Amino acid sequence: MMRAEQLFKTFNPGTPIENPVLRGLSLTIESGQFVTVIGSNGAGKSTLLNAISGDLFVDSGSLHIDDQDVTRMPAWQRAGMVARVFQDPMAGTCEGLSIEENMALAWHRGRSRGFGRAIRAEQRELFRDKLAMLKLGLENRLADRIDLLSGGQRQAVSLLMASLQPSRILLLDEHTAALDPKTAAFVLELTDRIVQENKLTAMMVTHSMRQALDHGHRTVMLHQGRVVLDVSGDERKQMQVSDLLAMFEKTRGEQIDDDALLLG
Amino acid sequence: MTPIALMGALEIGLIFALVALGVLISFRTLDFPDLTADGSFPLGGAVAATLIAGGHDPWLACAFAALAGAASGLVTAWLHVRLNILQLLASILVMIALYSINLRIMGAPNMPLIGSPTVFAPFIGEALENSWLVQPAVLAVIIVATKIGLDLFFASQTGLAMRATGANPRMARAQGVATERMVLSGMALSNALIALAGALYVQTQGGADVSMGVGTIVVGLAAVIIGETLLPSRKLWVITLATIIGALLYRLLIAVALNADFIGLQAQDLNLITALLVGGALVLPQLKAKLRRKGGKAS
Repeated sequence: MMRAEQLFKTFNPGTPIENPVLRGLSLTIESGQFVTVIGSNGAGKSTLLNAISGDLFVDSGSLHIDDQDVTRMPAWQRAGMVARVFQDPMAGTCEGLSIEENMALAWHRGRSRGFGRAIRAEQRELFRDKLAMLKLGLENRLADRIDLLSGGQRQAVSLLMASLQPSRILLLDEHTAALDPKTAAFVLELTDRIVQENKLTAMMVTHSMRQALDHGHRTVMLHQGRVVLDVSGDERKQMQVSDLLAMFEKTRGEQIDDDALLLG
Repeated sequence: MTPIALMGALEIGLIFALVALGVLISFRTLDFPDLTADGSFPLGGAVAATLIAGGHDPWLACAFAALAGAASGLVTAWLHVRLNILQLLASILVMIALYSINLRIMGAPNMPLIGSPTVFAPFIGEALENSWLVQPAVLAVIIVATKIGLDLFFASQTGLAMRATGANPRMARAQGVATERMVLSGMALSNALIALAGALYVQTQGGADVSMGVGTIVVGLAAVIIGETLLPSRKLWVITLATIIGALLYRLLIAVALNADFIGLQAQDLNLITALLVGGALVLPQLKAKLRRKGGKAS
């Protein structure tokens, strides 16, 4: 379970470019729940994700994962609880390292690292089995540099990496945004599979209302640093993209001028 | 060039191979441009010379030299990760400070070690007739051991975490790597190797001098760059091997250039040649890539 309460975060405070991104955002995600998050640019989606992962600290408010207060815990210490797939395929994997070295890094997520060999035979076997699941032929390319892979392949590997160790919450930061539609569909399908198989608690930020409604159990919309919409269950099942749009406009009493929200 | 001159070049090449391995860790693995070397190399020399002159065991002196080097690397890294001082500037500050510290340690600008025990002494005959062979041989053993140790380290869980820290710190943190700690320990390791090189250097040269560190970083970098130009690879054991070969080759080239009377170069031209060599090695890969592009267009 992840519980965020009254999160506030302002960038460049006290300057002409002061930007209050989170303005009292509260959100609780129960264990095993898969939440999709939408919102226009600047709504605070990425900031929320970075706050949960520990990449940035909020100005005020509190963050709990299960019953542990992680508000001031640095990112590397939270890594045992928080798994992550980045928007940029380059960001989530380590250039210059091989596929198996990247997976070995993820295999040790949240565990202490010693001076033993990073990759043992049994791990290589496991990596091979996991990669074979993707049906991309990567199981025969363990020693290849990860930067030889396409964006979609890298995101697929990133997803596998995120599921190598248990996590309390999996953060997906528009992880299909940089991919072509076909590859994006493949990565999304893989996401659903991995989340279901491992019964993960997950939060997926997306730019697409379609994706937001088609995946997961619950959809949350952010606007101006707050949750303005929260739908789940039957209400959500019957919902269309147009309904979502209408509700958004009704809630905020203003027009959406961001085309990206309508796409997909 | 006489065999003795050749072995002399090899000997210094081997010592600078240690420096180059240290530079490899800071510049390449951690992506931390570190000029501390110009201070940590003479620091190692000063510590070792002072301890040996004080009657201590030369191996013990080497160990303390490496520890002192590690401390200097830690300070540079700390200035960067904790006080947010730019990497290059942090290392320059430590380098400058070490000049004074080295003078303090030795109590004088230089410290002769003629006739003192060294790590090489037990293997050298009465009349010093085989010292030209023994010194490179002992150094070669040290370098090979260091190389194997580094290769094993880089293949370990911690070593992999350190490489990830240099390549993609955000991703490393997301995988639970304490990146600051990695930078601190990597810089300590790097400068420990460089200081160890300084300790061995004073034992082959018969003394320490406070100005012996000038240009250390350039030579180390030259070795790394020559190595990766000649033997480009992503495999770490090849990279460390290439770095060692780069250091040896660099000293041999220098020796040849200085020995060839017809070119008219003298010892004082060393730094100029070094600069030209490093410049050339840096441009060479770009030229190669340009030629390849042109070739591709033509075909």
